[in-house]
Amino acid sequence: MIEIKDLHKSYKMGSNSLHVLKGINFKVEEGELVAIMGSSGSGKSTLLNILGMLDGADSGEYTLDGVPIKNLSETKAAQYRNKFLGFIFQSFNLINYKSAAENVALPLYYQKVPRKERQEKAMQYLERVGLKPWAGHLPSELSGGQKQRVAIARAMAAEPKVLLADEPTGALDSKTSYEVMDLIQKINDEGNTILVVTHEEDIAHMCKRIVHLKDGLIVEDKKVEQVRAEQYV
Amino acid sequence: MWLFDKDMWFEIFHTLGKNMFRTFLTMLGVIFAMIILVLLLGSANGMSNGFNKIFAGTASNSLFVWGQSTSEPYKGFERGRRIRYKLEDADILKRQIPEIQVLAPRIELASHRGTVTVYRNGQTSGSAVYGDYPEIDDITKKKLVEGRFLNQTDIDHSKKVCVIGEETYKLLFEKGEKAIGKEIRINGVYFTVVGIYKPNNNINIDGENAVFIPFSTFQVAFNSGDRMGWMAIAVEENTPVPFVESQIKTILKAKYDIHPDDDRAIGSFDMSEIFNNISAFTTVLQGFSFFVGIFTLLAGVIAISNILLITVKERTQEIGVRRALGATPVIVKRQIVLEAIVLTAFAGLVGFAVAVGILSIMNSMWGSGDDFPFVQPMISIPQFVISFVLMVGLSVLIGLLPANRAVKIKPIDALREE
Repeated sequence: MIEIKDLHKSYKMGSNSLHVLKGINFKVEEGELVAIMGSSGSGKSTLLNILGMLDGADSGEYTLDGVPIKNLSETKAAQYRNKFLGFIFQSFNLINYKSAAENVALPLYYQKVPRKERQEKAMQYLERVGLKPWAGHLPSELSGGQKQRVAIARAMAAEPKVLLADEPTGALDSKTSYEVMDLIQKINDEGNTILVVTHEEDIAHMCKRIVHLKDGLIVEDKKVEQVRAEQYV
Repeated sequence: MWLFDKDMWFEIFHTLGKNMFRTFLTMLGVIFAMIILVLLLGSANGMSNGFNKIFAGTASNSLFVWGQSTSEPYKGFERGRRIRYKLEDADILKRQIPEIQVLAPRIELASHRGTVTVYRNGQTSGSAVYGDYPEIDDITKKKLVEGRFLNQTDIDHSKKVCVIGEETYKLLFEKGEKAIGKEIRINGVYFTVVGIYKPNNNINIDGENAVFIPFSTFQVAFNSGDRMGWMAIAVEENTPVPFVESQIKTILKAKYDIHPDDDRAIGSFDMSEIFNNISAFTTVLQGFSFFVGIFTLLAGVIAISNILLITVKERTQEIGVRRALGATPVIVKRQIVLEAIVLTAFAGLVGFAVAVGILSIMNSMWGSGDDFPFVQPMISIPQFVISFVLMVGLSVLIGLLPANRAVKIKPIDALREE
């Protein structure tokens, strides 16, 4: 599903150049649930941004579902993001003046799905994250866990190939974190490919594979026995 | 065609509607600008209408001709000879110059602008006394408060009737006293009042304290023979007054042995000149208010652009999310530009409605034009359309500024946790 070869990325900081990714080789198969771990500054967020086509790599290859991702125009990148990827952010990034259902329907709007169908689909995905009764609520009326579930529903609504989650539990207490992970696991059980960036060990162990980044290189890549989040909920 | 994309419009109205306060603040500038523009234009139009009303009673294409004294010796005559017209001149001029529509001869008692004492029941007034033809009413209209103006029968039968000004009435009659049918005495001759006219704020050549009697009666009563004081002449619509004026002068100069280069012997006043000056003045006034208004509007639209620019910054996260979810730069741009257009158009309409309301209040308060030249202040449809199109056009251009800013926001920057 995802294949990256010898990925390099550096940022210019004034006259200095900061080499963040120093040759990443990495492959994700369909249906995997991968945790990307590392301390801050290890390059894990940069890697996720490149995977999410939010940022371009300096060199190296990136193939997503057989499509080479290189030198994309802003327009093309936006279309690919919409088609291939679903994003889950640490701070949820819901649009604050739109209701839960409208937030979920937003990626479908950009897919030019008709309005009625959009609303139906949004309700369907809200139901899957257990928030159907909250469909009409604004993000400000939802708890952190609920917001993240809305964000997950939104990421899923466009039926992307890959879900990218950047510290999805970073802003949540452990109980809600487990609830969110439980949801992510269930979505993964249905065959969806999910990448989770985290620095929390317990969250990482709820995935099926852990990739450790340190100073811009993969230092460890191992399959782990998945801890089901269900038991903590 | 994306312009008719219902979803897109829904999204725009939704965004604007959900941010009412911001939307309202953004619109204020344009609302006020539009109010100012419409008020300025409307007032200028009102003024123009007001002037038109002032002149409504006077034929604009008219002139007055009277006799003065010669300033050049000619054909054995010395300079300083007083020119006195004869009644036959009126017919000669009318016959020779087909462009003359109406020619009303007039004669005055005493000298020009001089007054005569008019008596009634021991009350007196110093009024101007004119011998007139009813045609004069076609050139300088009298607003009658009571009775009628002179007519042809009065002329034919040399009736001893008169029309008096309101000022004269006040001097000769008690307040509320009925004047029609009463007699007044001028130089020992009694005249019956048949009409009273009112000062109407219009151009008033004859003044308000005047007595009009039939020309023929004047001749008999005051023994004026075939003398004629001056002429009021209305010229055909499309003929320039100076053209007729010079013809008249040529004919009269030949008839009265006036030196062809003597400009002083014949006095004349071209009414159309005043009209042209005033219409030029109101045109300039309208142009000026349009100019000022458009720049005010520009300022208002720039204010919208400014606030959109600020809100784009404020909406960084939202725009970042939208782009992460698949909004292409074009879509983001379009959304911001359309927001600018919708805001401007709506604000423009609100401002327009408010201004029209204010104008109609002004109209009902002062619109009668009695106190000063201000009648029916309102903007015309072309003026409205032009300013509206201009405003929306500007908003497109100016909406591009924040739109480009919005597109420059990289989703990655917008979504960074900080």
